[in-house]
Amino acid sequence: MISVEDIRKNFGNLRALDGVSVELSKGRSYAFIGPNGSGKTTLIKCILGLVIPTSGDIRLEGESILNQWDYRASIGYMPQIGRYPDNMRIGQLMDMMMNIRNHSGALDEELIAEFRLRDMYDKPMHGLSGGTRQKVSAALAFLFNPPMLILDEPTAGLDPVSVEILKDKINRERTDGKLIVITSHVMSDLDELSSEVIYICDGRIHYNDSIDNLKQETGHESLGRAISKIMNRTATA
Amino acid sequence: MMRWTAVMLMLGWQTADGGVIRAGDGRSVVQAVEMAAAGDTVIVPQGTYAEGNILIRKPLTVLGENMPVMDGRMKDEIFTIAAEHVTIDGFRIINTGRSSMEDLAGIKCLDAHHAVIRNNIFENTFFGIHISNSDHSTISNNKLSSSAEFEYQLGNGIHLWKCKHALIEGNEVTGHRDGIYFEFVTLSFIRKNISQKNMRYGLHFMFSHDDAYEDNVFRNNGAGVSVMYTRHVKMHRNVFEDNWGSSSYGLLLKDISDSEVIGNRFTGNTSGIYMEGTSRTVFDGNLFRQNGWAIKLMASCDGNSFNRNNFSGNTFDISTNGALVLNSMSHNHWDKYEGYDLDRDGIGDIPFHPVSLFSVISEHIPSAMLIWRSFLVFLLDRAEKVMPAVTPANLKDDNPMMHAHDLG
Amino acid sequence: MPRIIKYILYDILRTRFILFYTLFLLLSAVGMYQLDSDTSKVVLSMMNIVLIVVPLVSIVFTTIHFYNSYEFIELMLAQPVNRTVVFLSQYLSVALSLLLAYTVGIGLPMVFYGTEASGLTLILSGAMLTLVFVSLAFLSAVLTRDKAKAIGVALLFWFYFSLIFDAFVLWILYSFSDYPLEKVTVALIALNPVDLARILMILQLDVSALMGYTGAFFKDFFGGGMGFAFATGVLLLWVAVPLGLAMRVFKRKDL
Repeated sequence: MISVEDIRKNFGNLRALDGVSVELSKGRSYAFIGPNGSGKTTLIKCILGLVIPTSGDIRLEGESILNQWDYRASIGYMPQIGRYPDNMRIGQLMDMMMNIRNHSGALDEELIAEFRLRDMYDKPMHGLSGGTRQKVSAALAFLFNPPMLILDEPTAGLDPVSVEILKDKINRERTDGKLIVITSHVMSDLDELSSEVIYICDGRIHYNDSIDNLKQETGHESLGRAISKIMNRTATA
Repeated sequence: MMRWTAVMLMLGWQTADGGVIRAGDGRSVVQAVEMAAAGDTVIVPQGTYAEGNILIRKPLTVLGENMPVMDGRMKDEIFTIAAEHVTIDGFRIINTGRSSMEDLAGIKCLDAHHAVIRNNIFENTFFGIHISNSDHSTISNNKLSSSAEFEYQLGNGIHLWKCKHALIEGNEVTGHRDGIYFEFVTLSFIRKNISQKNMRYGLHFMFSHDDAYEDNVFRNNGAGVSVMYTRHVKMHRNVFEDNWGSSSYGLLLKDISDSEVIGNRFTGNTSGIYMEGTSRTVFDGNLFRQNGWAIKLMASCDGNSFNRNNFSGNTFDISTNGALVLNSMSHNHWDKYEGYDLDRDGIGDIPFHPVSLFSVISEHIPSAMLIWRSFLVFLLDRAEKVMPAVTPANLKDDNPMMHAHDLG
Repeated sequence: MPRIIKYILYDILRTRFILFYTLFLLLSAVGMYQLDSDTSKVVLSMMNIVLIVVPLVSIVFTTIHFYNSYEFIELMLAQPVNRTVVFLSQYLSVALSLLLAYTVGIGLPMVFYGTEASGLTLILSGAMLTLVFVSLAFLSAVLTRDKAKAIGVALLFWFYFSLIFDAFVLWILYSFSDYPLEKVTVALIALNPVDLARILMILQLDVSALMGYTGAFFKDFFGGGMGFAFATGVLLLWVAVPLGLAMRVFKRKDL
């Protein structure tokens, strides 16, 4: 569905992405893993059009997305930190987003219902806890039923019950054939939620395969240990 | 007033006892004037008379009936008076010739004492009324207007040279070179006239001692009003307004002494008063409002006093070109005064310095006016107020009023 | 876009800062009217406040707002929407809310106590200054990467235009006072929006003094409508040019 073709991105002298190519397909869930500053956020932002690559191309169903904006109707994005205008109410935010997306199909209000957000539609953003804001971000990402979801640290700050609700939702969407991209520092979450691992370090992709293959290859049953092994391998190489 | 009554009585006597000659019906004004004997009244009925230069050499009263038109056809002078006790009343005098060699006028008086010129309308004249060497003339309720592209194409509206005891009252003069011109005219009054939109001065006044001008309006004249080389002149309750330009003044005083400037209103002039070489003159109860500079006081002035005046909305109240100040100020109201009045006697407890630093700066660098009222200028002026370095420290009002005077 | 603007505007108008700003202007204006019965003097005092406070508040508030909205702008840009729309809706919302606060704060007392032509000019020039400094703030915000730096740049802009620039002009005029500098001065003034707004005011308040110039150029400039048209026109450029630049940068900016 998405093909990233030899993307490079320089911030001044810093090479954030140094020739990244990757294919992302429907029905799969990709865990983007890498140390801080490895370039995984930059890669996500390139796909979202927030960062413009220095060179290379990104295609969605064969069409280049560079300098386009309407393709983002196919993406639901849940940012790592959801900060919203202080005096805006949840209901107003939803209404505004619906206006921006101009969505014609059915809305997916499952998360709104399960997180019981509708009861809080009149509350202004500045009064909300970090967890509630995460719930709002998650609900927004799924609301327009997009074929692709990009979730940046989706479980951070959520209470255990909500984490389970969100995880179930993510897995349901994957089995429905959606493309899912997740970054997280919680390896057990990634183990549950993703089918593929993309390990990024210093702006390059060092590993790109299914979790099952990774576990086989490293001989570790836990994703965390398997990844550590990969990390050590790249560090010594 | 005495003289005015005397003139009225004299007129009454003449019309009652002299004969009456009518012009018109084939009789020209010139013929009628020739036929008339001294002391007669010539009546000119309504109509247009294209007659040049009507020379009057005997005492006569010439009356227009329903404003007859005397047309000089752009070449002649209309009335030339060379006798005493002549009255011209009720004419519309138009289109004189224009010659600066002969100073052609609508009405000219030469050695003609006790002339009365009243209730006439002058249009498109070179000089309107031109009087020389004639005493006790009365010029009242005339309206004079003219126009031209250049100053040299115009004469003065009411022009007096070497006269005594003249009364100029209730006239309106526009579009001339100088509205009213006085040179060597003494012991005379200029009262309740309106002189506006003249190309040079609304009033031009030289070597004319012991005169008074009161209750006149001088508005929007090319260079305002100029009073020069004169002693003992009283300037009371006049209005000087809207005289704009680099060398335009509400009132220009040059070499004036022992005079009075009292109860006048100066509004919207580039400079309200510009004075140099002025001595021992009293400025009392005047209003200075929304002028660029209320008073430009040159260092050549001494012994003048400025008391009980109101200053409000002027860009600068006073500017001067020297450090030595020999004039006094007291009990004026300055809207820029920021002092306090702890003893509540209506007089501010700290003196007011009316010369601002920026007025000094803009005197040296005129273009600097463009940063006037900027924060920088505000700070500079403040700093100067705290530690005077450039502005004359002794030019100050020690008794600034907390409230404006009621000047009526 | 109107719906986006509506919600963002609604959000900004409810911030305490805008409320304080409105109240500050309102109370200052009312206070001045109370202290002085002469309306032209009141306008003069208000002008001193407007020329200092409006640029400062506009540029600082806009910069802070931009950085506080950074994540939200990011989220909006992740939606199927043109960057120009996001940028303009942010600009218009901030500009409109500051304009509203300004006109209410300064204008309401004028309606209540009465004013003259110079009061209307004050509203106009303050509104222009608001727009100019919102534009400048957006420019400085899109050019810098962190909030503290952007606020620093904003304050520098303000300090430069409010004080430094005029000192520089005065120095030039002083150094070259022997030369005819009319057009140069006007050209210099055009480089500072605060000066232009001030010129609009002194054209009203000090025209008698301005007519004291000997040069024919200044006579035309101040006497006719030329000065007004010039100052207003260049102020509009000061709104449009930084805004256009900011938009260009924003369209290519990596968030």
